[in-house]
Amino acid sequence: MAKEIKSSEITPENVYLNRRSFMRIAALAGTTFATAGIYKFFNPPPPKEVVTAKIEDVKQPTNFNLEDTPTSFENITTYNNYYEFSTSKGEVARAAQDFVTRPWTVEVGGLVGKPKVFDIDDLLKFEQEERIYRFRCVEGWSMVIPWVGFPLKKILDAVEPTGNAKYVAFETFYGGSRSENPNVKLPEGRNSMQSSYSAGIDLPYVEGLRLDEALHPLTILATGLYGKQMPNQNGAPVRLVVPWKYGFKSIKSIVKIMLTDKEPPTTWNIAAPNEYGFYSNVNPKVAHPRWSQATERRIGELGQRETLMFNGYAEEVAQLYEGMDLKKYF
Amino acid sequence: MNDEQLTKNYHQMQDVKFNKILIFINSVVPLALLAFDGIRGNLGANPVEYFLRTTGVLTLVFLMITLAVTPLRKVYGWNSLVKFRRMLGLFAFFYGFLHLVTYSIFDKNFNFPAIVSDVWQRPFIAVGMLAFFLLIPLAVTSTNGMIKRLGGKNWAKLHKLTYLISILGVIHFWMIVKSDLKYPFLFAFILAILLGYRIYDKYKPKIVHT
Repeated sequence: MAKEIKSSEITPENVYLNRRSFMRIAALAGTTFATAGIYKFFNPPPPKEVVTAKIEDVKQPTNFNLEDTPTSFENITTYNNYYEFSTSKGEVARAAQDFVTRPWTVEVGGLVGKPKVFDIDDLLKFEQEERIYRFRCVEGWSMVIPWVGFPLKKILDAVEPTGNAKYVAFETFYGGSRSENPNVKLPEGRNSMQSSYSAGIDLPYVEGLRLDEALHPLTILATGLYGKQMPNQNGAPVRLVVPWKYGFKSIKSIVKIMLTDKEPPTTWNIAAPNEYGFYSNVNPKVAHPRWSQATERRIGELGQRETLMFNGYAEEVAQLYEGMDLKKYF
Repeated sequence: MNDEQLTKNYHQMQDVKFNKILIFINSVVPLALLAFDGIRGNLGANPVEYFLRTTGVLTLVFLMITLAVTPLRKVYGWNSLVKFRRMLGLFAFFYGFLHLVTYSIFDKNFNFPAIVSDVWQRPFIAVGMLAFFLLIPLAVTSTNGMIKRLGGKNWAKLHKLTYLISILGVIHFWMIVKSDLKYPFLFAFILAILLGYRIYDKYKPKIVHT
């Protein structure tokens, strides 16, 4: 026979109910906290603002400056496509923070009379000027960026391209990834890049221009923005800026510039030839298979605005493409 | 039924009610955090894209959770989960609705012809739109009255559309991603397990008692 339970040992109903509501409150608090934690794990807060050295003696203003209000420094430096570091635009700034960009050299060669290796400090000795340009990403967003830099023409002239040179090929630094080659010894900070597999594109990143596009006065090598040296996530220490083309043409963190007689391979064209052409001029009339290119969202605005032919630089560059079918050569 | 039994039943009912509240609150948490970050301007440089992406992913998450109910019941015998399935499915619809509304307002300025031409020109929009429109009849027929009116069997048949909707949803996500297919692949993988289980369950050799 079961031991008799003394009436004093029976949990009074109100205590039982209290325990019940306590458990419920705990369950509610615990699960809510866990759900919020999962959400925050996948949606981390934006990274802190970066501070880079000021560039002295920036010449301004120049003929190409826009009236438009520049996009904020915070937005320019926290919304980046730089697949070597991350495929998430909000994550690039954090992933690139330890990227070491000194020492740095840019090799310029190929079909030239005087091949030369430029040290980044040599490049910073060229007269630096401010260029406030529109920047239009192929994904349908845009910014206005106050770049600091100098015309690419200056270093191309310095190496003296031969008569056979028709194109210019560019290459981004690629530190490799540990997952691809665990034995590789890289300068500190440079070895945290993604593998081609993780990035989903072949690395190192390569781009190209026709020689006349490269020599155009609008085409610059940018060494900074907002009067300061280039933040890592924006392509430190030196990047290309071609304002009338979609952003991916403006290759970052350049280590090599080669003059060639053939159209050079370009990374996004290799990844999806039907989506990204060699020219990739901003053109509201030629739609991308996934994005209408007729409109764009200017970062900092909520609505959409009309996209301009050649990103608003038609007057300066349209003559480069006279007689070309821009639907075919997209 | 004696008193004890009645009390037990009463507490079980209370538990279901409480669990519904629990799931409801947890399902609203992501939206609350999203709204909170939005108000404080913490959605990054492109808040519209952020909101669009997050509501889209949440729609897929709720579709997956809804589809997980049946396998969990069959494998672990957690039959009471079915009581929460309607709410989970309606949350999938709700987040899908927010996703579509955000796209219509901010990407298209409620310009109906522009939306139609988008559907026409861009397959990934068409796939997403189709998935959402297939969700509408399921949301409409989610009430007890509609289940009765349709009859359990017909209702169950209609709601098998969830399989197609989820496949379309994952394809929609897969198509928009430029190169890094990690997350679309993760959803495809989970969906393959959830749907694969159903195929396995249907065709597995039946135990015959002699």
